[in-house]
Amino acid sequence: MSRSLRPLFATAVIFAIAYALAVMQFPSMFSTRVLGNFLTDNAFLGITAVGMTFVIISGGIDLSVGAVIGFTGVLVAVLISWAGWHPLAAFGMALAVAALFGAVMGLAIHYLQVPAFIVTLAGMFLARGGASVITQDSVPVSHEFYDWISDLVIRLPGGGRLSFIGLLMVAVFVVGALVAHRTRFGSYVYALGGNTVSASLMGVPVARTTVGVYMLSSVLAALAGIVFSLYTSAGYPLAAVGVELDAISAVVIGGTLLTGGYGFVLGTFIGVMLLGLVQTYIIFDGTLSSWWTKIVIGALLFLFIVLQRLIFAASAQGEKAS
Amino acid sequence: MTRRLLSRLANPQLLALAGVLLINWFLFPNFFRITWQDGRLFGSLIDVLNRGAPVAILAIGMVGVIATKGVDLSVGAVMAMAGAVAATLVVAGYPAPVAVAAALVVGLLCGLWNGFLVAILDIQPIVATLVLMVAGRGIAQLITEGFIVTFTDPVLIFIGTGTFLGLPMAAVIAIVLLVMVTLLVRKTALGLFIEAVGVNRAAASLAGIRSRMLLLYVYGLSGFCAAIAGIIVAGDIRGADANNAGLWLELDAILAVVIGGTSLLGGRFSVPLAVVGALIIQAMNTGILVSGFPPEFNLIVKAALIFLVLIIQSPLATRIVPVRMPAREASK
Repeated sequence: MSRSLRPLFATAVIFAIAYALAVMQFPSMFSTRVLGNFLTDNAFLGITAVGMTFVIISGGIDLSVGAVIGFTGVLVAVLISWAGWHPLAAFGMALAVAALFGAVMGLAIHYLQVPAFIVTLAGMFLARGGASVITQDSVPVSHEFYDWISDLVIRLPGGGRLSFIGLLMVAVFVVGALVAHRTRFGSYVYALGGNTVSASLMGVPVARTTVGVYMLSSVLAALAGIVFSLYTSAGYPLAAVGVELDAISAVVIGGTLLTGGYGFVLGTFIGVMLLGLVQTYIIFDGTLSSWWTKIVIGALLFLFIVLQRLIFAASAQGEKAS
Repeated sequence: MTRRLLSRLANPQLLALAGVLLINWFLFPNFFRITWQDGRLFGSLIDVLNRGAPVAILAIGMVGVIATKGVDLSVGAVMAMAGAVAATLVVAGYPAPVAVAAALVVGLLCGLWNGFLVAILDIQPIVATLVLMVAGRGIAQLITEGFIVTFTDPVLIFIGTGTFLGLPMAAVIAIVLLVMVTLLVRKTALGLFIEAVGVNRAAASLAGIRSRMLLLYVYGLSGFCAAIAGIIVAGDIRGADANNAGLWLELDAILAVVIGGTSLLGGRFSVPLAVVGALIIQAMNTGILVSGFPPEFNLIVKAALIFLVLIIQSPLATRIVPVRMPAREASK
């Protein structure tokens, strides 16, 4: 057990060290206010990253999530502001559209036997193009339901605020972890990522699981789009460009192997928090420009990939020796 | 020989290009009209060549990478970096050849870095090149210090917008590169080695191919091509925009290669057809623009095109409709 949890442990230690160093430099970073904002500001990224974790554990990749976030934001905003729907009905519609979208991608990946990244690339073009065809402008949303949700906060001692969307992200992570480690679907996903051929020989329903994984990813991306819409109170077709890269980075930093079959939903949570920490640190510092975020995330990504290789090479040798 | 040439011309990619051009002609009757003005050719067709050149150049580099079962996601970011290096150096007073050479070296180094991660550290290509895709644009902004660096250097502007024998310089560069790379992979054993590594890297290594060196070359070439495209794009707008130069062009380049019939599973590739793929994409872009549709439809048409190509290439379709496969495929 300890060996399989090693990457997760490494990520947690690095997060703790990085946070401690940041707090030593800026003591005010250690406050409930900053921690609460960590959750709120990264809620949409975290929810997307949970879906991405499942996709990557199954041995695939989903490049369409950022576009699905943008599309959902526009769809929800248009349905509420132009068509006069109730937000909850618009949310339901957006989730249903995303489920269908993910199912089609999963079917294409399984039955056409093409790499996931090219199918989801087409999905990305489709969703981004669809959003831009609906509208090219930012559509504002003002509805009492939105105000009501943004007032739903738990105040913490020290001025911190736990917002609804922040708690929603935590809930998605808890449910995601339970599904991954405690359900039959979860073990199917791991089996699929380990080795598709032996999984199907063992009786894993490969088609159903593949479709399920991409449906889950798209639905969670749509949920993230809804959260993004609540967060910004608007829908914009070019919103969340490149979030798929952040989500993939968070998953990899969280210790999930991109070759599939191995990973943790909880690790992704730490990965998202680490990305949030980098951004917060750069804002706190004030003299560093925002493009340092990208460079640091790239460097972290590189560090963790190399770390994973070293750990796995070491454990493979250990297994041979024993 | 003539029959072989004819059957080569009747391949799906060239037919598709002809089809797209015909549709453009229906939508816009003046599409094929080319005029000679001020010592250069003008017309929609020339525009397709000119605008399609950067993606075609990226595709020429990408073909080799995809043929080895890899992918290079970083080319867009490398374009931004190369443009930033060239622009910053000429603004700082260095002569243009030095700036261009420096940009090309930066592109080559980026490609070799990707190759190092893939070949030596054995990291999956998608992840290895993701590192530079994320970080590269940040580095480009670091070079330009967050500004759009504009320049008036005549040599750089000539590379982006000049003409040679009436043809746009960008198209001329793409054609020269196409001929050179095609000769390199088809008149030497290099192409065969690339295919062997793409089909089965372990077997290729056992057969005596130095697969690590080969992967380094292939990724190096991709980075080098990206740098050329980056210099062209920077020269075209007379400035280096670290945020937007080459944005999402990696996806267009991959799409061009896939349309060109190169298998994403490695082992079968064609450099000229990848360039045809790039021209198909650009002809569609231009067609949508000249016919007055909003440019947003572009993305949807592209998505439909990817699905179409995937369905045609899929094993499912070959089972239903037996398609003539190239001889090299059949021998497997």
